[in-house]
Amino acid sequence: MSATQEEDEMNDHLTIVTGHYGSGKTEFAVNLAFHLSREGNAVTLADLDIVNPYFCSRERKQELTQQGIRVIVSKGADSDLPAINPEVYALFEPGVCGIIDAGGDAVGAQTLGRFSQKIKCVPYELLCVVNFNRPETNTPQKAEAYLRQIEYSARLSVTGLVNNTHLDHETTTQDILRGAELSEELSTLSGVPVIYHAFEERFSGRLNLPQDKQFPMQLYMRKPWEFESTVI
Amino acid sequence: MAKELWKGNEAVAEAAIRAGCRYFFGYPITPQNEIPEYFARHMPEHDGVFVQAESEVAAVNMAYGASGCGARVMTSSSSPGISLKQEGISYIAGAELPVVIVNMMRGGPGLGSIAPAQADYFQATRGGGNGDYRTVVLAPATIQEMTDLTQEAFEIADLYRIPVLILADGMIGQMMEAVEWKKPKPRKLPKKDWATSGTKNARTHNIINSLFIDPKDCTEHNKKLQEKHDLIAQNEIQYEEYRTDDAEVLFVAYGTTARICQAAVLKLREAGVKAGVFRPISLWPYPEQALYACANRAGVKAVVCAEMSMGQMIDDVKISLAGSKPVSFFGTGGGTFPTPVELMQAAQSALKGV
Repeated sequence: MSATQEEDEMNDHLTIVTGHYGSGKTEFAVNLAFHLSREGNAVTLADLDIVNPYFCSRERKQELTQQGIRVIVSKGADSDLPAINPEVYALFEPGVCGIIDAGGDAVGAQTLGRFSQKIKCVPYELLCVVNFNRPETNTPQKAEAYLRQIEYSARLSVTGLVNNTHLDHETTTQDILRGAELSEELSTLSGVPVIYHAFEERFSGRLNLPQDKQFPMQLYMRKPWEFESTVI
Repeated sequence: MAKELWKGNEAVAEAAIRAGCRYFFGYPITPQNEIPEYFARHMPEHDGVFVQAESEVAAVNMAYGASGCGARVMTSSSSPGISLKQEGISYIAGAELPVVIVNMMRGGPGLGSIAPAQADYFQATRGGGNGDYRTVVLAPATIQEMTDLTQEAFEIADLYRIPVLILADGMIGQMMEAVEWKKPKPRKLPKKDWATSGTKNARTHNIINSLFIDPKDCTEHNKKLQEKHDLIAQNEIQYEEYRTDDAEVLFVAYGTTARICQAAVLKLREAGVKAGVFRPISLWPYPEQALYACANRAGVKAVVCAEMSMGQMIDDVKISLAGSKPVSFFGTGGGTFPTPVELMQAAQSALKGV
C-alpha cells in the first residue's frame, strides 16, 4: 500500500475522514492511525465526532495511546454534551501527521467548517468513506448526494474516495469487488479519485484490485460480545 | 433480496414504515435520535407524517390521537423519555389503542448515562403507569430480529388493541448489522370499527376513552382487559434456546446480554463446561413454562440470570422456576456491559455453589 504522498512527507500532513453514518469512517481512521504510526510518523488522531454517541475512536484511546499515537477527544462526549477540544489546534503544528475522524453526514462535517480556513493552510486530504451496502448510499448517485452535502457543510472539497463496502461479518469478496466497481462509477460521476479499497484483513490476497489501493484493516470497533475472552 | 447493512435505529424506523406506519411523533434523546431523524427524512416519501413534538408527553398523546383515528402509529424514546410517556401509555392501554412504542434503553435512574442498559425491565413489564394494564414487550437481540419484531408488533397491537413495546438498548440502536427484509406472518386482523374515523352519517359516534365514572363499568372494563391479557399470554410467547440440550449451567438473558452470554457459552464449552442460553424474546408475556421445562432438564445444575441492570428480570426467572433450581445473578448497571470473561466466571462459581 502507498499513500498519495511519499511516506516521509506524511508528517506535516492532515488526513480528514468523512462519510455517511455507518460507512466505516472510524474503523478506517483508527486503522490509518496505526498504519501511519507503524511507518514512523508522529500521528495525532482527533475525534471530532460530536454526533455519534457510540463506536467512536475515543473508545480505542488506550490502544492508540499505547502505540504512541496522540488522541484528542471531544470533551464531555460521555455526558452527551460533546464539545470541540481546543487541543485540536495541535493538528496544525509543524511535524504532526494529523488525522481527523469527523462525525457522519453533513451534520458531523459541520465541525470541519469551523476549521476550514485553518485546514486550507496545511497540506491535507479530505477522504469520503463509502459503503455501497448502506441503503442510503447504495448507488453512486445517492452516494454523491451525501458527498456534496458533506462538502457544503465542511466548506472543503473531497479529494479522495475510500471504498469500504462490507456487510459486517457476512461480507464476501463479491461485496468488496461490487463496491470497487460502484466507487469507480462514483469517481467518474464526481471527479474524485478512488484512493483506497478498505477491507477486513482476512480478505488480503483474495482481491483482484490494484495493489497500491488495497487497505487491509483489523477490526477495532467491536461489539461487546466480540471481545476476546482470554481467561477462565 | 440482497442483504443491506443497517444501523439499529434506522432499521426500526424503516420496519415501521414497511409495516404501514405513517405517523410518527417523537422528541430527541440519545441514543435513539436516528429514529426520528430517519422518519423526518423518509415519511414524506410515503405521504406520512413526522412531528417533532414539544415533549415526550405531547408525543405519546399525539400517538393516542392518531391511533384513535385508526392509523398505524409509532413513538420512540430512551429510558428517561419513556418514563415521561408512562401516563400516555396507561391511557392508551385503558382506551385499548394499538400503538407501537420503542425504548432504546440507557443507563439510569434519572438522567443516568447515555450508554446502553437494561434497567427498564420493571417499568416495561410491570407498567410504569397506573392501573391494571399490560403492554406486550418484545426484546430483540439482533438488528434482523428487531426489523422482524417491529413489523410483527404492529400486527399484535392491531389484533389485540394493545400497546406493544419494542425494548432494546442503545447498543442495538447504534450498532450495524446485515438485514434481509421479510414480511411478518400474516394475521387475520379485525376491522377498526371502533376508530373515530368519521361517521359519514352512517353510524353513531365512536368514543375513545379510558374514563369509566361508574365503578361497576370500570370493573367490567378491567375484566375485559384481563381476558385479553390471558389470551395474549396463551398466544404470544416467544423465546429462543441456544446450546441448551446438554447444558449443565444455563444462562437466562435477553437482548444484548444474551449475545454476550452466547460468546461466554462458546468459551465455556472450549473449557469443557457445558453451558447454554435461554433467551426470552417476549418479556411480557414471559415464557415461564418454557423456561421451567428448559431449566429442569436432567443435566441442568445451576441457572445464572444475566442483565445489564442490578437485577430485575431475575424476579421473573425465580417466579418461573418456583424454587426448582438455584438461581444466581450477574449484572452491571448504569451503562456498562458484563464481559464474556465475567459471565464465564459467574457460571463457574454457580456450578461450584451446587
